Amino acid sequence: MSERATPVTQPDEQSTATDDSEASADTGHRPVTTGAEAVVRALENAGVEYAFGVQGGAIMPVYDALYDSDIRHVTMAHEQGASHAADAYGIVSGEPGVCLATSGPGATNLVTGLADADMDSDPMIALTGQVPTAFVGNDAFQETDTTGVTTPVTKNNTFSSDPDRVGSDVSEAFALAREGRPGPTLVDLPKDITNAETDREPDEPKTPDTYHVQERADEEIVEAAAERIENAERPVMLLGGGVIKGEASEACREFAIEHEIPVITTMPGTGAFPEDHELSLEGAGMHGTGYANMAITLCDTLIGVGTRFDDRLTGGIDSFAPDAEVIHVDIDPAEISKNIYADYPLVGDAATVVSQLADAVESSPQAKKWRAQCQQWKTEYPMDYETPEDEPLKPEFVVEAVDEATSDRAIVTTGVGQHQMWAWQYWTYTEPRTWVSSHGLGTMGYGLPAAIGARLAADDDQEVICFDGDGSFLMTIQGLSVAVRENMDITFVVLNNEYVGMVRQWQDAFFEGRHSASEYSWCPEFDKLAEAFGANGFRIDDYDEVADVIEAALEYDGPSVIDAHIDPHANVYPMVPSGGDNGQFALTEDQL
Amino acid sequence: MTGGLQGPRPEERPRPAGRRNSQGFRIDPEVEATHDPRRTVISALVKHEPGVLAEASGLFSRRQFNIESLTVGPTEDESQARITMVVEEPDPGIDQIKKQLRKLIPVISVRELASDAMCRELALVKVTADDPAAVAAVADMYDAKTVDSSPETATFEITGARQKIEAAIETFSQFGIREVSRTGTTALARGTDVTGEPLTATESATEHPPEGYTADDD
Ligand SMILES: Cc1ncc(C[n+]2csc(CCOP(=O)(O)OP(=O)(O)O)c2C)c(N)n1
Ligand SMILES: [Mg+2]
Repeated sequence: MSERATPVTQPDEQSTATDDSEASADTGHRPVTTGAEAVVRALENAGVEYAFGVQGGAIMPVYDALYDSDIRHVTMAHEQGASHAADAYGIVSGEPGVCLATSGPGATNLVTGLADADMDSDPMIALTGQVPTAFVGNDAFQETDTTGVTTPVTKNNTFSSDPDRVGSDVSEAFALAREGRPGPTLVDLPKDITNAETDREPDEPKTPDTYHVQERADEEIVEAAAERIENAERPVMLLGGGVIKGEASEACREFAIEHEIPVITTMPGTGAFPEDHELSLEGAGMHGTGYANMAITLCDTLIGVGTRFDDRLTGGIDSFAPDAEVIHVDIDPAEISKNIYADYPLVGDAATVVSQLADAVESSPQAKKWRAQCQQWKTEYPMDYETPEDEPLKPEFVVEAVDEATSDRAIVTTGVGQHQMWAWQYWTYTEPRTWVSSHGLGTMGYGLPAAIGARLAADDDQEVICFDGDGSFLMTIQGLSVAVRENMDITFVVLNNEYVGMVRQWQDAFFEGRHSASEYSWCPEFDKLAEAFGANGFRIDDYDEVADVIEAALEYDGPSVIDAHIDPHANVYPMVPSGGDNGQFALTEDQL
Repeated sequence: MTGGLQGPRPEERPRPAGRRNSQGFRIDPEVEATHDPRRTVISALVKHEPGVLAEASGLFSRRQFNIESLTVGPTEDESQARITMVVEEPDPGIDQIKKQLRKLIPVISVRELASDAMCRELALVKVTADDPAAVAAVADMYDAKTVDSSPETATFEITGARQKIEAAIETFSQFGIREVSRTGTTALARGTDVTGEPLTATESATEHPPEGYTADDD
């Protein structure tokens, strides 16, 4: 590398420096002198507490400015981890998570996390270094067209070209990530811009004047929807991730309980409604419960809030809630009637529109028979499993055992695969922002870095549990070093089936059991690997070890890894194959 | 394989009466209902800044919108540009195009123009001019201006609605067409009707038409 880091003052020397007469009167901060300082000031003004990233040539000026800031930078082992940590921080805290990377490979390593956040509408902001403006377009060392690469996977991105504007660019990106339908934003920061002199303090975080968010839905449609609800015979509420992001869980809960409407959550909506409530049917879709899939298929009125009717939820469109008039509440007008036609399109903020509906609905639907039917489906399609002592450990048992050993507010993160589905199905979620997973993109390797982000956003008394698969864990395992360095209290539970199990399950069902590239017995021993990283490692093979190991891992104040060797042939049910009919979910392989 | 749950088998379960078409509309199971594509003009007023066109065209390819032509150029306000698109999609697709465009941050406003909007395109048509008199007669018929002529070729400028340009090219083709370059359609709404709502302080999301409308309401 051609340049050296500028010598920097130690944090404690710097704190005396802030007492200078130079300190700007309103913020108590030293005045901005460079573009990089303006960038950091914009983050400080937005209340940012943590940033996740990896150093590198083009981003060095920003890191140098961070050195003097109270923002705690968490050095990650890989930029992908930084992006997922920021994403999870955003999910748990509700405020945009921040990640940083250098130009070129640093920026491209963030792309998976940006795409993940974009699919799941998670608030996040990425700051990437870029080669100096004069080199842009010349294929300079570590030059990538970062805004070009990330346009399709961000809510918005900006190439900063003016040192006097660079701080405000970051403020604006922050506001855009958070407001309306949240999403990831990116600011590309050429090194000459961050190095340049400027005394311009960034503007307040504010969305651009072309950006509009409609808060309240059209009153006429609200009235019509309310009438439909009053007359419904088989109503269902479908709560999506937008309910949690829009802080509408409370309003939805009250509405459902007041009018005794059965509730289904989408996977990102998990925790929007307590799963231990009798109105809860839990999740629907590909691996949803039998009762939720029966109810969503046979309902006559579907009140979808903050959901984009993703294909993993709907299955085949032709058979999705085909008898239902659809009331669709969403803050993004483009989601309305995108996949499922909305008979009652309600554009607006979830909490606002649900309270509009609550005001408009005068009488509850006469749905006693329907509720009884839903309860009956619960008994007809129980999520039961057996645990014969002489057979390998069942993953469902491990999930339930950890749930029992932790508080209601414990946070679960996951990788992607069967373990993700078991963690979703067999843990009882009762609070919003306790389920942190990769839904739309389905990113293996999400769980570990997500647990790091979640840990920093969570309250100290909230346990953070990462259920991971052996394949997923291996993808981002380098991040364990960060959890060790920061002594983060996280319990990683690897549901180790020595397969990329979800693939193996599909091979058995759809490819005549030909296990092409899905066998993973070559994985390292994760308990020993954990010890090598400096974490606490455990291994479970039998039922009688489960309770004690979980207790010891939870008790340990720092990262623990439980390598739980489960039944390698365990499958996830119910299952609706891609494009299938939700009501025709398979309960066993021969029904597929 | 292990795992599996208890419960009535798929064929034992009650089934719904209805179904939906591929666009998510509930339909009468007896009738095959689809929406036919139609051609329409969408005009977007955007901030004149780098990357806007790439962002808009990226959106179309990514979402597989069927775009017949797309033009961009400056407007009366130098900080703004106008993108004019001729699209051919069924109503739900047209609806999606408008909504997805509105989501792009540099986009100020989007509307679908009425069928009587003024639509014009310019074409340069280079033909073999072995018979100059006959070529000139055809040019006359379409109000085409001669832009260039050489011993072998003549190049004409034709402006008009798409149909006129197509008819002209068709007629010129008897002489042998060497090359054609067309600009694609640009358009403005008629009379006092405004093509693109400019940015104003009071503008709010209510500018967006109510959901559930059909594109024809614009
Ligand atoms: C980055 C990435 N690569 C590939 C896939 C495809 N894929 C989906 S699930 C799965 C299996 C995951 O295996 P593991 O993490 O061991 O979880 P398991 O299904 O065994 O519980 C794979 C390979 C993916 N989702 N993400
Ligand atoms: Mg596995």
